Amino acid sequence: MFPYDKYLRRDKFPHIWCTGCGCGIVLKALLRAIERSKIPKDDVAIVSGIGCSSRTPGYLDFNTLHTTHGRAIAFATGLKLAKRKLKVIVVTGDGDATAIGGNHFIHAARRNLDMTVIIYNNYIYGMTGGQVSPTTPAGKRSTTSPHGNVEPAFDISGLAIAAGAPFVARTTCYHAVQLDKYINKGIMKKGFSVVEVLTPCPTYYARPNRLGNAVEMLEWYKNNSIQIEVARNTSDEEKAGKITIGILHDSDRPEFCDVYSQLSARVREANKE
Amino acid sequence: MIVARTGNEAMAEAMRQINPDVVAAYPITPATEVVQLFSTFVHDGTVSTQFVPAESEHSAISACVGASSAGARVMTSTSSQGLALMHEILFIAAGLRLPIVICLVNRSLSSPINIHCDHSDSLASRDSGWIQIFTENTQEAYDTTLMAVKIAEKALLPAMVTTDGFIISHGMERVELVGDAEVPKFLGERKAKTSLLDVDNPITLGALDLQDYFFEHKRSEIDAMNHVLPIIDEVQKEFGKKFGRNYNTVDEYKMDDAEVAILAMGSTGGTGKVAVDRLREQGKKVGLIRCRVYRPFPKGAMLKAVSKVKVLGIMDRADTMSTLGGHLYNECRSILYDSEERPIMKNYIYGLGGRDISIEEIEDIYAELFNIQKSGEVDKEIVYYGVRGE
Ligand SMILES: Cc1ncc(C[n+]2csc(CCOP(=O)(O)OP(=O)(O)O)c2C)c(N)n1
Ligand code: SF4
Repeated sequence: MFPYDKYLRRDKFPHIWCTGCGCGIVLKALLRAIERSKIPKDDVAIVSGIGCSSRTPGYLDFNTLHTTHGRAIAFATGLKLAKRKLKVIVVTGDGDATAIGGNHFIHAARRNLDMTVIIYNNYIYGMTGGQVSPTTPAGKRSTTSPHGNVEPAFDISGLAIAAGAPFVARTTCYHAVQLDKYINKGIMKKGFSVVEVLTPCPTYYARPNRLGNAVEMLEWYKNNSIQIEVARNTSDEEKAGKITIGILHDSDRPEFCDVYSQLSARVREANKE
Repeated sequence: MIVARTGNEAMAEAMRQINPDVVAAYPITPATEVVQLFSTFVHDGTVSTQFVPAESEHSAISACVGASSAGARVMTSTSSQGLALMHEILFIAAGLRLPIVICLVNRSLSSPINIHCDHSDSLASRDSGWIQIFTENTQEAYDTTLMAVKIAEKALLPAMVTTDGFIISHGMERVELVGDAEVPKFLGERKAKTSLLDVDNPITLGALDLQDYFFEHKRSEIDAMNHVLPIIDEVQKEFGKKFGRNYNTVDEYKMDDAEVAILAMGSTGGTGKVAVDRLREQGKKVGLIRCRVYRPFPKGAMLKAVSKVKVLGIMDRADTMSTLGGHLYNECRSILYDSEERPIMKNYIYGLGGRDISIEEIEDIYAELFNIQKSGEVDKEIVYYGVRGE
């Protein structure tokens, strides 16, 4: 059995999550990814905002920071710039990252600061009771769109790629093994890595949308996702309504801390003369 | 109609009856339900409101400012961190003289992070130019929400009506509702003098205003605040006459022959009244004062009330972080400066982060006030009630 215990704050259990919530699946995948990276515990910092997903670091025995709603990436930015040897991992929700914190998200991607951002996309604001979020699919119900959402949704991964993130992957809680692989790749990648994971919220998303229980939601992910390599050779009709998963983008770009260090070295040198 | 409602439900019900033109909001515990319930009225067509589920509180209140500038009747609801995030725009709403109403559910500000009641959130925005009214129970929250719209529109200033997080917001109580048809009659339509959308009469709002006229404009805003108390009195009277429930800016309870009294805000007023009744049964002459309107500060009514007693225990559910105690304590010391006879005052900071205050604890405080009356001295002027290691 995987030694989860060495990474957990056992005294913080039981956790707050509902039965069947996807947050626990992501938590375990994150631990497997960190274990595989062989990075010592003390060199890892996990930062979150506010939300069900953002409760993750509370259960984890690393350097952890539970910040304010929407500001996880902003806090993480300061942390990374001050302590560059830390592996900074941000765990955040769709609301935290793309509603109230949307601006931090796109600007951190633009800057290409070295950190890994795991976005738990459950299509709603879970913690406050299932209100419509920027990722609620059009037509879907939430507590503030009881007859269906009239707005189109953000494609988080697409947004990250467009804003300049060099590594972007998407998967679901059904694909738990793939999930830890992608998180690990994100951690190992130098630069702003985004892993979007579709997580079931049986309590507030499944119920109003009649998507069944947690197991049925996972089955839904299984049946409605399509691996990017396959998607490339599939007609638009065939993949309509399916979620493309996989490593959606992987490129290289100068990383912010490096660029910053080079600049300060150059200025220091120039001042000496 | 008599119904059972939580504070949040009652405020949502008031909003339904008010049927504002625009509501823009972002959810936050423990205020979420107010707008969430209201959104179901929007979606079911019970109200004709434009509902904007914004992506943060900053955007929500900004949308409110835009809509209110266009002449719309506008409401929102928030709490704690949400109000803090609105902070920048709160001053703009007041400066532009926009009568927006916020249903505010009091919750402590982070850090440490907490979701329960104290008054640090609303009191952190006390200087923003908003009218602030603290309610004691669900009925009052409902009634005051209705009145606040009228007060704000008459004063041309924004107003927040607060309930205590979880204590009132989630506590179910008996509420007497006004008839649906009565509310529009009571409120009338908002008649804004100008509208940003009136293209035939274009106006400029919020223009750059430097050393030349900023001060005059700010002065006129302050002057508007000077005129608010009579407006509140008038609206409260009208409400009382129409619907039979009477309110004052300062609520006095069994104060006529009281020797010692407690001054508090919000739900503690209700708890304190029960303590007063119990002590009165034992023949003790105790009274309670509740500050209902906090901004503008009802100096006259408060002076009248606090001057009735020899000893006053002032209960503040927030600290000013000035080392000088809580908000009410400071206000009272300030207004009493010119008085010949002042009660001896002791400040009890209590209940931060939602720590409960019980009837028995308030009885203890009264007992202490009697001791002070006897000795004529206060050992410690500011205490942090019930804190470990104090
Ligand atoms: C400034 C501010 N506004 C609102 C809130 C209330 N709030 C807490 S979590 C949350 C949304 C959480 O949604 P998401 O980020 O998608 O995470 P989830 O709970 O779904 O995992 C909100 C609105 C807050 N804490 N701070
Ligand atoms: S509300 Fe949804 S996201 Fe939050 S713990 Fe429950 S299932 Fe998970």
